[in-house]
Amino acid sequence: MSPSQLASTPLDQWHRDAGARMVPFAGYEMPIQYGSIVTEHQACRNAAALFDVSHMGRLRFDGPGSVAFLDRLLTRDIRNMPLGRVRYSLICNENGGILDDVLVYHVETPSQNPYHLMVVNASNREKIIRWIEPLLADFPEVIVTDRTDLTAMIAVQGPKAMAACRRLFSYDPTRLKYYHAVITNQFSKPALVSRTGYTGEDGLELIVRAEEAPRIWENILLAGRDEGFMAAGLGARDTLRMEAAMPLYGHELNETIDPFSAGLGFACDLDGRDFIGGDALREIKATGPKQIRIGLLPDGKRPAREGCEVLDQAGNSVGVITSGGPSPTLDRPIAMAMVDASAATHDTLQIDIRGKRVDATRTDLPFYKRPV
Amino acid sequence: MARDKSTLLYAETHEWADVVDDGDSKIATVGISAFAIQQLNDLVYMDLPDVGKKVTAGEEFGEVESVKAVSPLYSPVTGEVIEVHSDLPDQLEQLNADPYDFGWIVKIRIEDEASLGALMDHAAYEKQCAEAG
Repeated sequence: MSPSQLASTPLDQWHRDAGARMVPFAGYEMPIQYGSIVTEHQACRNAAALFDVSHMGRLRFDGPGSVAFLDRLLTRDIRNMPLGRVRYSLICNENGGILDDVLVYHVETPSQNPYHLMVVNASNREKIIRWIEPLLADFPEVIVTDRTDLTAMIAVQGPKAMAACRRLFSYDPTRLKYYHAVITNQFSKPALVSRTGYTGEDGLELIVRAEEAPRIWENILLAGRDEGFMAAGLGARDTLRMEAAMPLYGHELNETIDPFSAGLGFACDLDGRDFIGGDALREIKATGPKQIRIGLLPDGKRPAREGCEVLDQAGNSVGVITSGGPSPTLDRPIAMAMVDASAATHDTLQIDIRGKRVDATRTDLPFYKRPV
Repeated sequence: MARDKSTLLYAETHEWADVVDDGDSKIATVGISAFAIQQLNDLVYMDLPDVGKKVTAGEEFGEVESVKAVSPLYSPVTGEVIEVHSDLPDQLEQLNADPYDFGWIVKIRIEDEASLGALMDHAAYEKQCAEAG
């Protein structure tokens, strides 16, 4: 795809003015970093960081059949999800392979009927829309609207994020519980504010009208300037989510990986439901997954990267690194791997880092958990 | 005395070489440019060759890794590695501040002086960096 075919987010000009290094990502030109990835990463762990996540897809479901439709589509039971709740779920194919991991919001609005909003991965947006379309034939009362281009999405993540937003917003966001969302009129225009994120830190994600995004972004940065708030790019977002051991589509998740292998069994409600992939998932749960996602700490300083082969101590290939790199917080390399279930309990494994074998210790996930 | 970077030779791949006459042969001290370090950003790991290794101009002799990526180090000259800056991998943060003195990586005894002909002078290298933005 040539740069001219790439989409840009409503914050594109801000990123360029700030000197961001822009890269093609999932059909968008996105900032990978403004300066140092490590500095941006540390700003998120110590103060707060702002991320432009407008490239994530936002699909809205209206109409009386929405709950029944989503119940057919999702691995998670959202039928009794209260208004204001957000729930992590998966969309699987008939074999139980993961088509996407999504957040489903049950949104209460002041003036309209409640609706459901689904945030999908940028790289999967077209695929999910194509997946949904034929299924809708059985649910004539459901109206799906792609809201991605009309809106922007901003994540504010870090230990000081909530306090700064509390000063800035007229609505006190600390009233929101984790994985809850509310529509507010903070900026004289409606914004959907949720206590969610992808960094392992406390914080918010805001979905706002596209034209409002630069002003809101600037205001939040300004509100936290003295405390060290920074804009952070996709580079820091990746090192942060790796430390928090959050799976990333295309790395820990794909259509050949099932939720139990990925360690996402909690996101599968198998009892008393008829959903796509349900039968396959019940079978996988009964027999146990063939592969399992594990955490590894490679010896030494050299990072093991995605694609490196994982071997047991006898030298047999048992899996592959799905994400790996240096952890700025732990100041050492970390890695996630998909390995054969039989090898997942080994305390030590080996990683082939471009021809050199390095010992690695299996470790519990996540690598980093924020202090309570 | 600080190395005068305007007298160095540069490879397209951003390594610099400081070539001095040893009497019998020429010795190249090799590092990577400030521009390369700035582009790489957040260095976390460096893999260096052993003393005695034969290297060829334009071919890989080591690796440097940033948070996001692995970048090969290419030898600007053909010859034998006679010294390695073995403390450097543990002090990569100092590379940022001082890429031309503290930040030397290897010393190579040049075995084929013709390989020097492919390198750029400082002005030509500056131009390349300016065009790369």
